[in-house]
Amino acid sequence: MKRFKRSPLFWPTMGLCAVLLFDLIFLPGFFTIQLKNGYLYGRVIDIVNNAATLMILSIGMTLVIATGGTDISVGSILAISGAIVAQMLGPGQTARTPLAVCLLVALAVSAVLGCWNGMLVAVVGVSPMVATLILNVAGRGIAQLITGGQIPTVIYKPFCMIASYVPGMPLPFSVLIVILMFVLAELYTRKTSFGMFVESVGTNATASRYSGINAVMIVFLTYVISGLCAGVGGFITTSIIKAADANNAGYLIEMDAILSVALGGTKMTGGRFSLGASIIGALIIQSLTTTLYAWGVPPQVLPVVKAVVVILICLIQSEEFRGLLGRIGNGERKRAHA
Amino acid sequence: MLKKLLRSKYFPIIITSVLFVVLFGIGSALFEGFFSLQVFLNLFIDNAYLIVIATGMSMVLILGGIDISVGSVIAMVCMASAAMLRDHVNPYLVMLLMVAVGAAFGFTQGCLIQFFKIQPFIVTLAGLFFARGMTAVINTTSINIKDPTYVAISNAKIPLPGGNYVSPGVVIALVLLAAASLVMTYTKFGRTVYAIGGNEASANLMGLPVGKTKILVYTVNGIYSSIAGIVFSFYMLSGYTRHAVGAEMDAISSSVIGGMSLTGGIGYVPGALFGVLINGTIQTLITFQGTLSSWWAKIVSGLLLCAFIVLQRMILKNKGVGES
Repeated sequence: MKRFKRSPLFWPTMGLCAVLLFDLIFLPGFFTIQLKNGYLYGRVIDIVNNAATLMILSIGMTLVIATGGTDISVGSILAISGAIVAQMLGPGQTARTPLAVCLLVALAVSAVLGCWNGMLVAVVGVSPMVATLILNVAGRGIAQLITGGQIPTVIYKPFCMIASYVPGMPLPFSVLIVILMFVLAELYTRKTSFGMFVESVGTNATASRYSGINAVMIVFLTYVISGLCAGVGGFITTSIIKAADANNAGYLIEMDAILSVALGGTKMTGGRFSLGASIIGALIIQSLTTTLYAWGVPPQVLPVVKAVVVILICLIQSEEFRGLLGRIGNGERKRAHA
Repeated sequence: MLKKLLRSKYFPIIITSVLFVVLFGIGSALFEGFFSLQVFLNLFIDNAYLIVIATGMSMVLILGGIDISVGSVIAMVCMASAAMLRDHVNPYLVMLLMVAVGAAFGFTQGCLIQFFKIQPFIVTLAGLFFARGMTAVINTTSINIKDPTYVAISNAKIPLPGGNYVSPGVVIALVLLAAASLVMTYTKFGRTVYAIGGNEASANLMGLPVGKTKILVYTVNGIYSSIAGIVFSFYMLSGYTRHAVGAEMDAISSSVIGGMSLTGGIGYVPGALFGVLINGTIQTLITFQGTLSSWWAKIVSGLLLCAFIVLQRMILKNKGVGES
């Protein structure tokens, strides 16, 4: 227990528990899970399924933020990836191009876009926010260019299964993708030296360079990984709505992804990171959303709650604020003594 | 000569203004009726609100901060004014109230950034969500503004020689731009902002009022965004939850094209005007062309942004600073 309390997962898990506890008390039936035709249905399953895109994006975003950067282009890359798949599959019941080819092409393009971001940040030395702003602005234009300004629909069955159920598995397929991506990322960052190098670059890039770490390569790679994650996120989003909406797919999702990482306790200035904590951060956001919908809050009002949560969590993480609280607490104790 | 020009601190703004002239020249050569004073003035009329937020954003960028809440504040101001005007509140009182709301909003963000050392990006991200959500709390659908004073201001045309005109919004925008430029260049406050953007720790050691200045800049930017909201409500005559979506990114890209650097301490506020005008000219060119689809505007302005960023890096490397 003591070890868990010191783990980076502690505070995010507590946050998630707080939201779920609220649901348990105030929303009867929130945790009901039904088994229909061998598939599981229920609000909790919905939360995990709807959070899939965000969880995957937060994996890439965690690594980028750990190096001290930000990637605000993921929403646009997601839209481009979705547009490519939808355009290549075509609108019919049968696929125009084999599904595997479509997915590979979309992933390759996402990786190239990630390379572009990485090159600007790591090689040219542009500040991350501006470098990724370019694709944030131009990316949706490119996605619209691919779809020709239309919103192509996809009804090809195997593709639609990505965000729904595959025969023989009770959980949505997207959950499996998340687990796979998470395990891969966790293995790559913790079983190789990559994760440690990322933390080292994020803590002090100059010192890392002097100690022989190829900081340029490390930073570059994090943006490529973030691009790839956005590409996979594009598949799931497109599969959920069964269409590629170049303008609205993943709109403002980069902000949610950054928020998940912040909720997970990774500092925006870089340094130590925890992929698991960011995933829990993404789950907090989605369960908060689902809770408020179930509570009857209109979707447009949701951002207010999000804003308050962000500020509260940042205040708790801020040393200055904790110091202030400590002083107030001490003052009260003194008064009680007198 | 060329080297001297390249090393000049006015170099980015010279490039930006030359590019604007070139773009406008291309338009005039390609399309009949493009080369007229009114087309030029329309750039100001259609982008008045953007000039205001780009000016405010430039000050924040020079400080070394960022504010991504401005677009949402515009939406909130439009919706709040529309709701109050529907209930027949005095229009001038509404404008005053909105400026006060903007100031309070900016002040709060500044305090959170300064006192609790939370990243400006995260604080203003929360601001973005908060203001957009508050817009929906006031009203989830759109409200039209029918107040006679607002309608009169919206329809007012300030005549210029040759039968051309500008809107009152343009005058407001240019006055705010001039005020910000003068303050940033000629006052102690302005120099302090540049000093903080250059190196906050040194500014602190020099005994400059870092905290006070930072909070003040965010407050001023809040006021600028709320005035931009008022200008936008003159232009649109309505309140709507999705007004000015993404305007913060337009403002940042205009400022960067205008020569501001995101690392802080570099840039001239008037450059922001040229950034806005360039983005506006691209829009106008595509409208005049007629067959090109609107998304090309996004792609072209993305490319321009990219070109300017690379240019800035080259200048910085030439001067041997900004190695990080």
